[in-house]
Amino acid sequence: MSNKKLLIVGLIVSIVIASILSFYASSQPDGLEKVTADQSLDVNAVDSANSDSALADYGVAGVENERASAFLGGLIGVAITGLAGAGLYFWLRDPNTVETK
Amino acid sequence: MHMPDGLINAPVSIGAGVLVAGAVAVSLKKTKGSLDSQTAPMAGLVAVFISAAQMINFPVAAGTSGHLMGGALAAILVGPWVAVLVMTVVVGIQALVFADGGLSALGINILNMGIVTVIVGILVFAGLMKVLPKTKSSIVAASAIAAFLSVPASAAAWVFEYALGGTATYELQTVFISVVGVHLLIGIGEAIITALTIAAILATRADLVDGARKFLPKQKLVIKDSVVA
Repeated sequence: MSNKKLLIVGLIVSIVIASILSFYASSQPDGLEKVTADQSLDVNAVDSANSDSALADYGVAGVENERASAFLGGLIGVAITGLAGAGLYFWLRDPNTVETK
Repeated sequence: MHMPDGLINAPVSIGAGVLVAGAVAVSLKKTKGSLDSQTAPMAGLVAVFISAAQMINFPVAAGTSGHLMGGALAAILVGPWVAVLVMTVVVGIQALVFADGGLSALGINILNMGIVTVIVGILVFAGLMKVLPKTKSSIVAASAIAAFLSVPASAAAWVFEYALGGTATYELQTVFISVVGVHLLIGIGEAIITALTIAAILATRADLVDGARKFLPKQKLVIKDSVVA
């Protein structure tokens, strides 16, 4: 598989996971959340300063349909991480290597 | 495993932040210009994949779920130094953009999910590969075990931090047993996802798996049909 093909396949798989499968993820509290709640370790927990931001909890504020909201949230997550990943690429790449097609 | 703000006090949160900043600085220095144009895109792809996979919470026990952390996976795919950068990007975006995990807790969350998992993952993987036969199946098995152990290790790190700076009353032994215990179960999911991912990439582009490169036969350099412009 060529690099380009691998990147495209990897991106598609990631988008499917983030946008479509994520809707079916378990909504139970995760391991840490459950234990800290059960044992009252979280009595002093506070919402983070951006907890009511437009993209909080991987949804998009204002999109009523939950499935659409999760879809867009996943897509935005992939896009933002992809941008950061592109930044990583330019940092990591040895400028002296030849670009191969 | 994304901790909200307020559970652990400021000094321990800041201390973790300083540790993370140091680890990121060293990783940035170690990795600048270190990859060729074939492998450099992998880092970004691994970040995207882990960030997506982390959105999938799977049920583990009555009323509890867990999700991939990905540190061991990243360490095996792109090497530990790049993995620290990848995981910092992933956990950082989750907190800053999606409000998943607190902002003052960000240092602790990156340390536990993005650095402890990378260190434990790569050490266990390298240790196992010393004794296992140098085959693709061994690489997959070693990845699974490394991923499995990285999760309770991350949980144990959290318990240590909570013991140093927890803001509620607690019984250390009970906290340790329940937090590490539930993460042993979550570790099974981590092992499965990691093994499947490593196996898929080994099957298609084994040359892109950093942890596998030195164990697998070198690909012969072949000149394919001439490219006519």
